[in-house]
Amino acid sequence: MSTKPTQPQIKITRSSTDDLLVLLSGNWRLGAETPLVDDIRGRVESEPGIKRITFDSDKLNHWDSSLLTFVIKVRDLCKLKKIRVNISGLPKGAQKLLALATAVPEKKDTRSEEVRESFLFRVGQDTIDFFRTAGEMLTFIGEASASLGRFLIGKAHFRRSDLTLTLQECGAQALPIVSLISLLVGLILAFIGAVQLKMFGAEIYVANLVAVSMVRVMGAVMTGIIMAGRTGAAFAAQLGTMETNEEIDALKTLGISPMDFLVLPRMLGLTLMMPFLCLYANLMGILGGLIVGMGMLNIGFMQYYNQTKGAVTLTDFGIGLFHGIVFGVLVALAGCLRGMQCGRSASAVGDAATSAVVTGIVSIILATAIITVMCNVLGI
Amino acid sequence: MDHREPHITVQDLTMAYGDFVLMRDLDFIVNRGDIFIIMGGSGCGKSTLLRAMVGLKSPAQGRVLYQETSFWDTSPRERSRIMRNTGILYQSGALWSSMTLAENVSLPLEEYTDLNPEQIREVVSLKLALVGLAGFEDFYPSEISGGMRKRAALARAMALDPEILFFDEPSAGLDPISAHRLDELILEIRDSLGATVVMVTHELASIFAIGNNSVFLDADTRTMTAVGDPKKLRDESSDPKVRAFLRRGEEG
Repeated sequence: MSTKPTQPQIKITRSSTDDLLVLLSGNWRLGAETPLVDDIRGRVESEPGIKRITFDSDKLNHWDSSLLTFVIKVRDLCKLKKIRVNISGLPKGAQKLLALATAVPEKKDTRSEEVRESFLFRVGQDTIDFFRTAGEMLTFIGEASASLGRFLIGKAHFRRSDLTLTLQECGAQALPIVSLISLLVGLILAFIGAVQLKMFGAEIYVANLVAVSMVRVMGAVMTGIIMAGRTGAAFAAQLGTMETNEEIDALKTLGISPMDFLVLPRMLGLTLMMPFLCLYANLMGILGGLIVGMGMLNIGFMQYYNQTKGAVTLTDFGIGLFHGIVFGVLVALAGCLRGMQCGRSASAVGDAATSAVVTGIVSIILATAIITVMCNVLGI
Repeated sequence: MDHREPHITVQDLTMAYGDFVLMRDLDFIVNRGDIFIIMGGSGCGKSTLLRAMVGLKSPAQGRVLYQETSFWDTSPRERSRIMRNTGILYQSGALWSSMTLAENVSLPLEEYTDLNPEQIREVVSLKLALVGLAGFEDFYPSEISGGMRKRAALARAMALDPEILFFDEPSAGLDPISAHRLDELILEIRDSLGATVVMVTHELASIFAIGNNSVFLDADTRTMTAVGDPKKLRDESSDPKVRAFLRRGEEG
């Protein structure tokens, strides 16, 4: 036995006028280079009159699935050429496995066929889907508003600890990253402004630039985007996991509205905390501008302070805080909506979190555009 | 059971996901005090039937009657009254993972009773003790084993002393001894509370040990093919598929 070659090999001989004998030898292991079925095809095509293929496995050493796939390929070939295959020369185990593999006929309709759909069909389908998702979104917003209404008349039931936990997560625990990002955004704005304003010798107006842009929009937008990535995704993942785990079903069958119990505390928490975070982000952004002003442009602290004080009005603060509240609602809605829509698998939870961030950021930018245009029209 | 009074009646029920009809023409009666088994091969719609019965998924057609009230046609108020009288043990337990076991069990009590916190604590301790989890009040679901989670979920399902208990594959994922203990527990609860039990399962051992009425759902014909006592179905059913199912495919 030990003298046998280790590479899988076949030797094809014409044993009689009707028969083609395939001699199998060597170690048939997955990964080893198995002989090609084309050799047999070549023989079959070049020598007419072959009616049967038989195997001889006396010299076969070891075998595994590679042998079976080879035989199945031979069999498929023979089916095309209308030749019979006799597998009685194969090892007993291989014969049994082949019998098992062919015991249940291949189910044709399980492999989803690639149906070519016309362009119009797909456009129509996407339009229908778009209206359906828009409808779902509206339903969710309506339910959330109804839930808020129940809260205002004191009829919504949720746990205080859920609210305090959300307040903590959206408040204190978000401070470090909000500080870092806002400070850097302030720095960047000041740097870019400084280069331009230096040409006119108007470096002092860096203070105006940083203060107005941070307070009016940038502070709120940056905070909103941070919260969308941080908290919105967390909301979606939490609710999605609860959906997967049947926890939301358990609430529903108990007659407790998941809207009141899960969505409301999260929305309240984030919406309450967003204005504070925005204020804090404004402060950090102005601090960033101050660092550039004092360090690079040699503006004195008091000079910068007074310039900033003169630049921003209470209206600017109001607009900034309004942005913040709107973003809080949007991010919380996006996170909770995607979480509640989540499917029942681990990958669905991941999709929900991703989708929550995307929806959150897109709606923030859209809302910013709308509010800015509105302010312009109203002249504030 | 000597008093065979219908408790839940399923009439002409069809369940579908969109255009795909999962099960049609379901007609059966669950009597008061029954341990009613919904059985069938994997993916034939057992859990969906349960979801239709407990009000999570509206059926495409047909009615589910609780005594004389049609669940899907009645007012939301009446519906929530019915739901208050049912307890459900989900396949995965579905304990609220952000709450301790005690909080899990006390939520239904807080929602539906006027008990003060002290009384609620007492009831919660009792329910947890009943399922063998005394002393685990302050554990979170992630801190206990799968079998314990199932039992804790049972404690939650029993919190309001419901008339009807639904179980979705209670013994799935449990070792034989825990599964047996759970079966005993279900029997005990039925006997002592006089509850009606509806159970989705394909564990033959529990089907024969505790079930006294059943319905068999067939995935190929998409409808029910047998109804009655599972032991009788095993021995006397004329349908070879039902007999094969109840004998693990062994003919005899």
